[in-house]
Amino acid sequence: MTSRIFKHTFKQGIQGIMRNRTMSLASIGSVASVLVILGLVLMVILNVNAISMSTKETFDEIFVYLDDHISNQRIRQIGEEISSIEGTLAVVYQSKEYALNQMKEEWGEDGRLLEGLVNNPLPNTYVVQLVDVSYASRVISLIEQKDGIEEVKYYKDIVERLIATADFIQYFGMVVILILLLVSIFIIQNTIKITVASRKIEIELMQYIGASNGFVRGPFIFEGIVLGLLGSLLAIVIVLNGYDYLVSFTNEKMFAMLSFYLIPAQNIAFDFLIIFMTIGVGIGILGSIVSLKKFLNV
Amino acid sequence: MFEFSNVTKVYKNKFTAVNDISFKIEKGSFSFIVGKSGAGKTTLIKLLIKEVDPTEGKIIFNNQDITKLSHRQIPLHRRKVGVIFQDFRLLDKKTVYENIAFAMEMVGHTPKNIRREVPTVLSMVGLSDKANNFPNELAGGEQQRIAIARAVVNKPDLIIADEPTGNLDPETSYEIMKIFSEINRRGTTVLMVTHDRAIVDTMKKRVIELKNGRIIRDTEEGDYYHDL
Repeated sequence: MTSRIFKHTFKQGIQGIMRNRTMSLASIGSVASVLVILGLVLMVILNVNAISMSTKETFDEIFVYLDDHISNQRIRQIGEEISSIEGTLAVVYQSKEYALNQMKEEWGEDGRLLEGLVNNPLPNTYVVQLVDVSYASRVISLIEQKDGIEEVKYYKDIVERLIATADFIQYFGMVVILILLLVSIFIIQNTIKITVASRKIEIELMQYIGASNGFVRGPFIFEGIVLGLLGSLLAIVIVLNGYDYLVSFTNEKMFAMLSFYLIPAQNIAFDFLIIFMTIGVGIGILGSIVSLKKFLNV
Repeated sequence: MFEFSNVTKVYKNKFTAVNDISFKIEKGSFSFIVGKSGAGKTTLIKLLIKEVDPTEGKIIFNNQDITKLSHRQIPLHRRKVGVIFQDFRLLDKKTVYENIAFAMEMVGHTPKNIRREVPTVLSMVGLSDKANNFPNELAGGEQQRIAIARAVVNKPDLIIADEPTGNLDPETSYEIMKIFSEINRRGTTVLMVTHDRAIVDTMKKRVIELKNGRIIRDTEEGDYYHDL
């Protein structure tokens, strides 16, 4: 009995798709385009997130640049003094030589440019990590009072602005995604409605004969699932290929300029596949149920 | 078989289609429902298959009040009632055989059952040689036979026929009536809504006449017009 219902559902569902080929293609296309846009929004959100995290790590520290002329003893002393200030978590010394090497490494091939320097222009530095951002202004003012300090740098504004921007982009992205989902449910609903309408006599007859509700609805819900699934697969092919191209282009040409990496496509491919297929199938089922509700009232 | 007790149906537009009707149909009987258009005949059919629910009153079918059936129970109730529509409602993309097999598939019969039963009903309605034709290749009387075969193939307790001879010439109508008599003789209750005076007068069966939603006559072995 169960296998027969399954066979019936499968056969009728495929038949419904093939008989209304134009509308089926239209709904696959619209699910795909909705998901492509949704994919783009998701990509932006994910990358903004990743960039803001890595930037936050880089900027959430106080850089204490030391005067070039002070003695090593004074340098050690300053280090101890900073460590004893309330609110500091860790104090790490970076010599000017270390800083230059670090820079060469980060610049990669372009690092050779730095080899022409006669004097190392970078200062000796203490990198101070805070227990909490709230200590920042007091710690900074205490450090600034000390002798032998050239400059204290802290990018609090940048960090805060970055977090705010990332939050906004995420919030805005979620709203866009929600609207897109509603649009695609509406589109699938209309496709199924046309299929249902074109088989109105058959459906009415099924109900008069006494076919169970599942028997009547099954094929249409199956049809919705197939359309949603095909749309989501099409979308994933477009999004991942497009994104992969963008990533290889950006990471090759833009890294030196922007100093960040986009998340590689293969890292998110599987997650996207799952997300897209779930949403695609969800849209399909919801669309079928909504359109069936309007039609099946016998 | 079934019984209407003080059944009233008022539609949303305030039209009272059926007004305080009570009658009882015995198992294995053959009855006609007559009356002009708008007398309430179609609503009576809709009430019996629970396409609409009465505003007031009870409908007991096989000892069960069908007005109280749950959504899930409706399909099971409808399997006990075979309806033959005036416009046949055949699926024109399916062959005669497939149209009848469809009714069996819908209620979950096995393919083996279907292969056994379909030829049997086709031979009963005299369409064995037309099994592979499509409905629109056949004459009206033959299409009506398909509809009958489809209604009886699931062995319902009650057959409702809505104007089964409405579009047929007298000779074909007579042939169709012979099939209904045969179905009834085999034990199935038949309820026929009709305008066909000749048929009602020849058959000499129970006649229930409706007018403006009320029963104005109910006679055993009646005629189409008022019995004297």
